[in-house]
Amino acid sequence: MKKWLEPFTTAWIGVVTHKLRSFLTILGIVIGVAAVIALMSVGRGAEAEIISRIEGMGSDLVTINPGARTFGGVRSAASNTLTMEDAEAILEQVSNVSAIAPTYSSNIQVVVGSENMNSSVTGVTPEYWQVQNLETTSGAFFSEQDYQRGSKLAVLGSNVKETLFGETDPIGQRIRMGTVVVTVIGVIEEKGGMPGVGSPDNSIFIPLTAMQQTVAQPRTTQGELVVSAIALTVTDEEKAEQAVEEITSLLRDRHRLGPGVDDDFNIMSMEELSSTLSETMDTLTLLLGAIAAISLLVGGIGVMNIMLVSVLERTREIGIRKALGAKDHDIWLQFLIEAAFLAFTGGIIGVIAGWAVSQIVNRVGVMSTVVTADIVILAVSVSVAIGLFFGFYPAWNASRLNPIEALRSE
Amino acid sequence: MIKLHDITKVYPMGKRELTVLRGVTLNIEKGELVAIMGPSGSGKSTMLNLIGCLDTPTSGRYYLEDREASRLSSGELATIRSLKIGFVFQTFNLLPRLSAVANVELGMRYAGGSDRNRAMAALERVGLTDRANHRPTELSGGEQQRVAIARALVKNPPLILADEPTGNLDSHSGEEIINILTSLHAEQGITLLMITHDANIAHHCQRIIHFKDGQVEGEEKP
Repeated sequence: MKKWLEPFTTAWIGVVTHKLRSFLTILGIVIGVAAVIALMSVGRGAEAEIISRIEGMGSDLVTINPGARTFGGVRSAASNTLTMEDAEAILEQVSNVSAIAPTYSSNIQVVVGSENMNSSVTGVTPEYWQVQNLETTSGAFFSEQDYQRGSKLAVLGSNVKETLFGETDPIGQRIRMGTVVVTVIGVIEEKGGMPGVGSPDNSIFIPLTAMQQTVAQPRTTQGELVVSAIALTVTDEEKAEQAVEEITSLLRDRHRLGPGVDDDFNIMSMEELSSTLSETMDTLTLLLGAIAAISLLVGGIGVMNIMLVSVLERTREIGIRKALGAKDHDIWLQFLIEAAFLAFTGGIIGVIAGWAVSQIVNRVGVMSTVVTADIVILAVSVSVAIGLFFGFYPAWNASRLNPIEALRSE
Repeated sequence: MIKLHDITKVYPMGKRELTVLRGVTLNIEKGELVAIMGPSGSGKSTMLNLIGCLDTPTSGRYYLEDREASRLSSGELATIRSLKIGFVFQTFNLLPRLSAVANVELGMRYAGGSDRNRAMAALERVGLTDRANHRPTELSGGEQQRVAIARALVKNPPLILADEPTGNLDSHSGEEIINILTSLHAEQGITLLMITHDANIAHHCQRIIHFKDGQVEGEEKP
């Protein structure tokens, strides 16, 4: 037999001679590793879902919202600081802006048949669909010409469609908003929302030109037409950060904000949001993993427990081996390999079990889960490290036994 | 081959000390067949453990093949045990989970590596080829001791130490064991030290050393 193989076969014999005991020890590690894999896969799944949602919104998207304005140290609530002219200036002067969509929204009492409800109505330009990366599930968006003419047309967010029309087809239906009556021509697919970004699902979209006939769109003291938000896309998501900087300095300039005065607007790029959220989710994933790692630790203590018993029980065997010429490190290695073997086997089975659990969670549809290679490598190497760590002391104990006393033990 | 010079061994027993060997001086030549006799507690097993490099003396010098073993580290003593010394115990000390041949292989394990063919040859030498794959629990006492002898001789050691090898056997099996041991000595020139209580067995040897109270009381040649 190959000499280097012998410690492994010896360890193997140690494992198989106590099948139940070995099984239970391995089970402790299996549960620990499976918990780590399953919980971390939940974290990774949530992260993947958020990223895909952001990508669905378009990672080249940058949104500008009005912020609080400061008058001589007094901060007012968010107010009418953004204008159509700001949007035009951004499109002309900021590099790498591919499209821009100023919007004006307001809560309006809307009436459909006998239904009367308060809804968010957003006036948009035709660029809005492209900028926000929207698709219709039925009907169509209004066109440039519709916009120019100020046509009384409406596109519904999915939640609004559900509330106002239920299962009936809304296309061609009329919605009355005060004195104006709009005709529904399309429904937007469900987008879901992101914190701080809002969702198109809860709004009725009409041409901004039509909006101006419905509600009085206020003007600033300079006579510029106020908008509620400006959305824009950059040609390349890599350029988002640069665009944000350029927009900031342009808007500060236009709004005549002196040095030391806070911005009266907030800019958020999806690129930035995506990396922030991604980091947050990584932290969450690690936290979940750390909680699960506690059970792995308990499993490791189980390994140590069993190895201590095993050493005690095999004291005579250790004495015999020493009498036959085994050095301290031969004995040490034998028990260490045995512990590492238990932990490694537990690690492998744990990966399979954890993967299975995460698949079941995924299939049942409770949460989306993703098992990534780094989780698997982490879990297995941690389990082996635990085996080595918790096997070290019992193995060292074994190797230090006095051969004569060991031979005398029963 | 073996030179003991004024060896003492003291074991701490709580606060008191237990002196087991009080100045043992002894020479054993290569190829000798020696019986050691003496009452229980006379220190003969302790001396055998010292000669077998399982233990070190409290004072005095022990030379094995001209090396001063009393000064070696535990690792060096382990190497000497693995290469030079075969043990045969009263209680056989086989590993219960291993087959006879695997137990014999274990004798080579720490002396350069196992070799199934040599293990089988050693079993043949003690006449147990047909029991090679039986576990110790399936063997009689005499057979177990033969496996233990095969394990001791499989690495061809120059020295075999036997501590009451027939103590747990009936007289017939004991006689078989003694025949095997004496023939090993006769055919291979192995130096053999054997503790025994049985005067008949001792008379198979060339030299009998009597122990009493941790000292050599006397010698005789049968």
